[in-house]
Amino acid sequence: MDVGYAELAIGSILISNLVLAKFLGLCPFFGVSRRTRDAVGMGLAVIFVMSLASAVTALIYRHLLLPTTPDHTNLLGALGLPVPEGGYVLVLKTISYILVIAVLVQFVEMVLRKTAPALYRALGIYLPLITTNCAVMGMALLNTEAWRDPAGGLPVHLATFNGFCGGVGFLVAMLLMSGIRERLAERPVPKAFRNLPIAFISGGLTALAFMGFANLFGITV
Amino acid sequence: MSLLADFTDKPIKHNPVFVLALGLCPTLAVTTTVRNGVAMAAATTAVLVCANLLVSLLRRWIPNPIRIACYIVIIAGFVTMVEIVMKAVAPPAVNEALGIFVPLIVVNCMILGRAEAFASRHGPGPSLMDGLGIGVGFLLALLAISLVREVLGAGTLWGYRLTPITAGGVTLLPQVEPITVLGMAPGAFLVIGLLFALFRWIGRRRRESARASAVPAVPQVAGDFQDETRRGSGGGGTGGSPASEFRRGGSTGWQAASGTQRSSEGA
Repeated sequence: MDVGYAELAIGSILISNLVLAKFLGLCPFFGVSRRTRDAVGMGLAVIFVMSLASAVTALIYRHLLLPTTPDHTNLLGALGLPVPEGGYVLVLKTISYILVIAVLVQFVEMVLRKTAPALYRALGIYLPLITTNCAVMGMALLNTEAWRDPAGGLPVHLATFNGFCGGVGFLVAMLLMSGIRERLAERPVPKAFRNLPIAFISGGLTALAFMGFANLFGITV
Repeated sequence: MSLLADFTDKPIKHNPVFVLALGLCPTLAVTTTVRNGVAMAAATTAVLVCANLLVSLLRRWIPNPIRIACYIVIIAGFVTMVEIVMKAVAPPAVNEALGIFVPLIVVNCMILGRAEAFASRHGPGPSLMDGLGIGVGFLLALLAISLVREVLGAGTLWGYRLTPITAGGVTLLPQVEPITVLGMAPGAFLVIGLLFALFRWIGRRRRESARASAVPAVPQVAGDFQDETRRGSGGGGTGGSPASEFRRGGSTGWQAASGTQRSSEGA
């Protein structure tokens, strides 16, 4: 476990960008990237939810799903409840993650509406869409995969940071895409390519450019 | 509408990828080889059909305000089952390649979208056929994309290396020099962009030739889908939610968004 903050940041934002290298969150990437204002709103909302969701799912994974090991204790086991040998990872991971994300999105929406109406007006309409944004769920799954640490994925603080960075990477991709599409809107694009097809191709060229970040500072992700 | 029509108008006219632009993440991520594409389509279709069927059977008992949450739990249950089955039956290489995209079927907009737009307002029979039809459409789209990417990107087909075929001095299949980038991320975007444009171009040509031969015009794709949802809300009655309520579900939000996108293009 010698993965550091800088390595995670560069890896998640540039080298293996969630959208451009890992194909996560493509629906909003193409659906909400027609205006820069919307793209930024969506990106900020994703950063917010993805950080929170990464933290909560990492906690759930370590303390509810995995069986007890020297590194971490299963809370259900500690309470005397039965825990199967392999923990609940196989049967409960998907369901618990999607429920946590759905509840979290609702919760964030309610809190924002009560405490920060201005922020809610800016991000509010994007929040419900995040439940089915596969980038959030994908980040949670990536963080808690047997990735670098077979014992239990990234520790909670690094998972949270990685979620934040993944969100920033998403925002960067959205910003680039919306800039391209705002300019494309004024260009004479062939009829069959208008809107989505040309957006896919622009996305492909952006992804090609991002491939240049591979092995940046010797980091392999 | 007959059961057969519930099935047959889905794969092409309402193709989930090339017309509705749903389920893009797995479409791009797993289509490096035809085998992965087929495995993904099979897993997704299994979840889609089961979820459609169960949502349709339970539609009278699911309370309207929390219906999206109910659909998500139903879908997540089936995804977990499919995950376990895939681990047992699919070859390790395929499992490795699909990776997190099997659990991610749970957030595939396509499945939640069909539960909300179709299964919640129709009986089990039509919902089953709808799930099958959309699943076949998804399979066709994945096949098209993965065929291009595997043959041109890796020079293989279903894992077998393609060798040049010559018969009687005529080259039937030339030596394929792999274009490696097609197997990587940028290639996926480029291939789907080009195929999407091709699909639309053929669609427009067919519409124009239909109009030219003075047959009653084939409706536009986007408008057609909206028609279906309107008919669904009018006919089913159980959901009883007007089309304006579509923005509430995440996936249907995307549907609405892409719908307006298409209609803004005009004819």
